[in-house]
Amino acid sequence: MNPASLEVRDVGWTPARTGAPVLYPTSFKLETGRVLGIVGPNGAGKTTLLRMLYRYYRPETGTVLINGEDIWALPARTVAQRIAAVLQEQPSDFALTVGEIVALGRTPHRHGFGGNQGANDTRVIENALRRLNLHGLAHRHLSTLSGGERQRVMVARALAQEPHLLILDEPTNHLDIRHQLEVLELIRTLPLTIVTSLHDLNLASGVCDDVLLLKGGRSLGFGTPNKVLSEETVSDAFHVVARQEHLSPSNTNHLTFHLRNH
Amino acid sequence: MPETNSNLATSGAIRAQSLFVLAGSLALLVSLSIAISVGAVQVPLGTVWGVFLNKVSPGIVETNWSQGREAIVWEIRFPRTLLAMMVGAGLAMVGASLQAVTRNPLADPHLLGISSGGAFGAILALLHTGLFLGLLTVPLLAFFGALLATAIVLGVSRFADATSADRLVLAGVAVSFIIMAAANVLIFLGDPRATHTVVFWMLGGLGLAQWGQLAYPLVILFACGIWLLRHAGALNAMTIGDETASTLGIPVARFRLLVFVVGALITGVMVAFSGIIGFVGLMVPHVVRFIVGGDYRRVLPGSALLGAIFLLWADIVARTIMAPEDMPIGIVTGLVGGVFFIWLLGRRRG
Repeated sequence: MNPASLEVRDVGWTPARTGAPVLYPTSFKLETGRVLGIVGPNGAGKTTLLRMLYRYYRPETGTVLINGEDIWALPARTVAQRIAAVLQEQPSDFALTVGEIVALGRTPHRHGFGGNQGANDTRVIENALRRLNLHGLAHRHLSTLSGGERQRVMVARALAQEPHLLILDEPTNHLDIRHQLEVLELIRTLPLTIVTSLHDLNLASGVCDDVLLLKGGRSLGFGTPNKVLSEETVSDAFHVVARQEHLSPSNTNHLTFHLRNH
Repeated sequence: MPETNSNLATSGAIRAQSLFVLAGSLALLVSLSIAISVGAVQVPLGTVWGVFLNKVSPGIVETNWSQGREAIVWEIRFPRTLLAMMVGAGLAMVGASLQAVTRNPLADPHLLGISSGGAFGAILALLHTGLFLGLLTVPLLAFFGALLATAIVLGVSRFADATSADRLVLAGVAVSFIIMAAANVLIFLGDPRATHTVVFWMLGGLGLAQWGQLAYPLVILFACGIWLLRHAGALNAMTIGDETASTLGIPVARFRLLVFVVGALITGVMVAFSGIIGFVGLMVPHVVRFIVGGDYRRVLPGSALLGAIFLLWADIVARTIMAPEDMPIGIVTGLVGGVFFIWLLGRRRG
């Protein structure tokens, strides 16, 4: 896997229906192999920004560059060979097995009739299944799996794409603590450039090299978690009183949130 | 060793698959033979295949049947059963494909109003415009009718924000009602002497099948079937979700539109030759998924096979249950399909 750099230049988006900008022009540059967490309150524009990064929305202003190339100047298929995404979409039950869903990750790499599987495809799929500990489940239907297992299937599907950049939308949503930790561990160890939106600020500072804090479609800061997630900025972004506390046995900083000062 | 396990599993799956194809082809051949042999005049199976072999290669079997028998087998029942197979295969593949691109297990050319649109176009050609393009007029207008109905249903579902499974079907049923009302106006305004035939045809009738016309549905079925099969991988991806499919490099909006156009093409042509035969597209893919799983590389050929068999048997029932009268086949598929639809609704809730 070859991680790629990601550069976002003045990217903004306004939905046609309302005419009110959801994301004002935003810029940042993510170096090769780093993990970026996008955080912010509901409606901050996180999902919209992600959609422009995985080439679902075309930015109204600005450009998204992967390794210096504009993703809208490249064919969709080429982008799909470089960028994979794990989204919150719930697949409808069409009786696909785990193995078949993970195999979908090979779609952008395939040529020929109906997408037949070559030896290399099989090897990549096997590796993805093994990496996510899904080997025993390959023949199960998705509908028979737990939430955590489904999330792993979707990550394995994305890895089978052999991307250079992996995008995740709230990967810890609806997962219990153990599965949350497993997903975060995976994010930390994958040799990829990763962009993920996260709800939990403490998880974000634990796992991300950089964070982007959004509020009302505007960036309140980009940089290392320590720099961006200060008491003042977080308090301002979320309309709360945030306090930086120090956890004693684990020797880490931890944000706590309160409705008022006391 | 996990490798060996999965290889074993794959070869097991391939074996199960070839078994299904083999058993299916055999069942198709048996069903075809029976469908040709039964009816108002019973024809022995030996005669059925004797006539066939003599037509393919004259003189290969000794003729021990009357001219009348031969005419029944060759001029009436062969084209009729072949048409039944094509219609069944076509409608089942359309249903399966629409279910993937709408992610809606209830999608079906009949429920989504596409068949009604086809019928409207066909009636327009049969009763009003005349065959200004020769034999192509009816299938062509049926295709445009089906396409127009598809566009209206998609427009209505967008306008009413009815993209969820159940509401899309409601939009389809509503549009179907309106188009059928318009089609009935066309019948009402048409030549009364012709209306009886048209009404009978509209309920689903394979009885008008002729050798000379089978080429149209055959060509459409093969061309569209191969196109769909080539895009089986994309259909699989569409079942996961629009955005995920898009991240896999599939131009989602354009692909969905193309599938709808292909669906309208198949449906329109089948409706033009057989009338409205409902629920085949709804029912068959579900049964096929139950047997071969959800991968569209297997669902599509499986649907074609099972759809053909199902319609052969529906036709057998339609011809024998009130013999010597031919009951419209749409009544049979409507009965079976309606019950299946209710069962499906109950299962989805649970």
